[in-house]
Amino acid sequence: MFVELGHFALILAFAISLVQSVVPLVGAHKGWRGWMHAAHPMATTQLLLVAFSYAALTWAFVTSDFSLELVINNSHTAKPLIYKISGVWGNHEGSLLLWVLILVLFGACAVWFGGNLPDSLRARVLAVQSSIGAAFMAFTLFTSNPFARVAQPPFDGGDLNPLLQDPGLAFHPPFLYLGYVGLSMAFSFAVAALLEGRVDAAWGRWVRPWTLAAWVFLTLGIGMGSWWAYYELGWGGFWFWDPVENASLMPWLFATALLHSAIVVEKRETLKTWTILLAILAFGFSLIGTFIVRSGLLTSVHAFATDPDRGVFILLIIAFFMGGALTLFAARAQEMEAKGVFRTVSRESSLVINNVLLAVSSFVVFVGTMWPLAAEMLFDRTLSVGPPFFDAAFTPFMVALAMVLPIGAMLPWKRGDLMRTLRSLWGLGVLSVALGATVWAFQTGTAALVPVGAALGLWVVLGAGADLWSRTGRGDMGARARRLARLPRADWGKAVAHAGFGITLFAIAGLVGWTREDIRVVQEGESFEYAGYDITLEDVRRVEGPNYVSTMGFMEVERNGRHIASLNPERRIYPVAGMPTTEAGIDRGFWHDIYLVLGDPQDDGGWAVRSHIKPFANWLWAGGIIMALGGGLSLSDRRYRIAASGARRKDAAAKPQPAE
Amino acid sequence: MKRLHKKRRIQVLLVAGVAIAVSTVMIGYAMRDGINFFLSPTQVVAETPAETERFRLGGLVEEGSIVRGQGEAIPFRVTDGGATIPVSYRGVLPDLFSENEGMVGTGYYRDGVFEATEILAKHDETYMPTEVARALEEQGHWKSMPEIRADDDYES
Repeated sequence: MFVELGHFALILAFAISLVQSVVPLVGAHKGWRGWMHAAHPMATTQLLLVAFSYAALTWAFVTSDFSLELVINNSHTAKPLIYKISGVWGNHEGSLLLWVLILVLFGACAVWFGGNLPDSLRARVLAVQSSIGAAFMAFTLFTSNPFARVAQPPFDGGDLNPLLQDPGLAFHPPFLYLGYVGLSMAFSFAVAALLEGRVDAAWGRWVRPWTLAAWVFLTLGIGMGSWWAYYELGWGGFWFWDPVENASLMPWLFATALLHSAIVVEKRETLKTWTILLAILAFGFSLIGTFIVRSGLLTSVHAFATDPDRGVFILLIIAFFMGGALTLFAARAQEMEAKGVFRTVSRESSLVINNVLLAVSSFVVFVGTMWPLAAEMLFDRTLSVGPPFFDAAFTPFMVALAMVLPIGAMLPWKRGDLMRTLRSLWGLGVLSVALGATVWAFQTGTAALVPVGAALGLWVVLGAGADLWSRTGRGDMGARARRLARLPRADWGKAVAHAGFGITLFAIAGLVGWTREDIRVVQEGESFEYAGYDITLEDVRRVEGPNYVSTMGFMEVERNGRHIASLNPERRIYPVAGMPTTEAGIDRGFWHDIYLVLGDPQDDGGWAVRSHIKPFANWLWAGGIIMALGGGLSLSDRRYRIAASGARRKDAAAKPQPAE
Repeated sequence: MKRLHKKRRIQVLLVAGVAIAVSTVMIGYAMRDGINFFLSPTQVVAETPAETERFRLGGLVEEGSIVRGQGEAIPFRVTDGGATIPVSYRGVLPDLFSENEGMVGTGYYRDGVFEATEILAKHDETYMPTEVARALEEQGHWKSMPEIRADDDYES
């Protein structure tokens, strides 16, 4: 019963979304207030309906209603409750419904928090947002109905893929979708501004928090996915340059660029057309990501099987929204007049460089991801583009970005003096290079990866600190320290996010460059020495879990006779899904993780055991979290929370001039 | 004012142009090492790749060919019906790797053995890599099986 009501609510929401994508547009064009305001109750109603629909599906999962095809394929009565709930989005149909839910949630947010927007702009934003919603609801209803029943319900379900039964992955999709779909707001604002024919500082102030929120979620979502891959797939990789991963990296790179160029629009009223284009492309890439993940055209190590018809539907959605928006852009872009002027050396210019580097690096990822498809169509050769390609072609842009970041972040607006900025930074530069040199001298071998990563990481982190310090003006240390605490949250957010980027860079270099691994056959009770640790395989036992059976190794790690950790690497079998999984035993440490994997039993007794030393693994996740934290700090800055009219006044007061 | 806008626009275009040129060069350069061709066992036998070429081999894992429990390296054979290639992999095989299942591995072909450095891990038991399916179809050993529900898994 609930299920049918949920299905009906979704159909109703679809009908409303169609009306909402037309009526406010006409209203805004003709200047009819009633028609413009009609969008508000409609957006709220859509949210309520889709939320009900989603709740109905969740209810079906929680109560294990096996008359629903989706529940049969993705759930089982013995499954823990949390994975029954996460099972709703652990499949194509349900995740699409979640996508739609977030889409209408953002639409409703524009109603609730958009009180200070001009009526016509808000009406247009709501109309565009609703048309995206209509497209995805049609996609859900016509190609991937989550509410399909079966005639003869079985007694129990086929269980959720065991790899997805994990806290890291349970919350990975919602975060990722909040990011992907959050970019739809930037898109809606961009299209609305093009229709309006006007972009000003207020527009920039509006787009920024939405983009920032989307970016924070996307950062966390990608981080969670990478963290999950690290411990769950059993060999300690955190990034594979796989199409599905690249699909999330490309929108992230564009969102990062958009975030920075929106600052220029807000503060200096220039780079408007470019910002609009970025907003369109950022959402475009999140649609392309959806296409890559759900069409199955590209072979991915994640290997999700799929249905080509759905691919065609998504391609149509992409063609409609990207084609429409870019045509509109071509027709209206020249009307966006830039106001602010700036010198060649200025914050504006450095943000242009940031944007160019991010956009080009995203382009490189795009080429690498799509090349197998192009090669197959054009040259009829099946090939894959591997990590060496991305390592060689993507890394240099990130290195360049890290090199210019501290300098660009400290250049004053409008006109800067490169020499003066460099003078305040050269000491930090020397320190960073010295660290790199020290690392190079102490490591075995001559690989440049870790030294360069260490130098760049330190440079970016110190640069972020120097930037913050320079905002405190002049005076004695005590006064400056007091002022430091009172700096606007946006300044803190910027420094924290940049520092997080530096830490991430360093961690990636350290993890990739210094990882060591060993594989050997170990008898039960036997010890071996690896990387300065004495590792003992004490016992291997059979252990029963709630919906799996595990072969669990009991391993002790010691260093110089001192006990370090007891680890339990497992090989699990989920009988219902008929799937084995490997659970690594990981001792997470500040400097490195000890990562143990239990392999096959050997004919002559004993087990294959793989041991990895993963340096700075925790720094990587920490770097991501710090970046997101910076975004969050910036988002909590008070000027986003006060009305636009008041904001302008406060802005001038809250923003100290950069130190001269 | 107008002149400054124009000058700035030219500079921005110049920077963007240089960046795109550099990225194109890098893409071209990186493509030399970064591309792995996909070969089926039949193709490997027909046109044996150089020992230094890294490529992807795909096919079905032959029934009864996996020798587990004999040390760290695990030998098995991959077939597409037309030819069979012995493979050696040092490491712990992915969880869903088993006989009569599709597999894709990356590595080198040396002395008649494919030394795999990486075996693709799939996350879904019903998945068959598209290239493998096609290679098998060419040898007439595989039909796209309609009963395989291939869409109930995803990841993003």
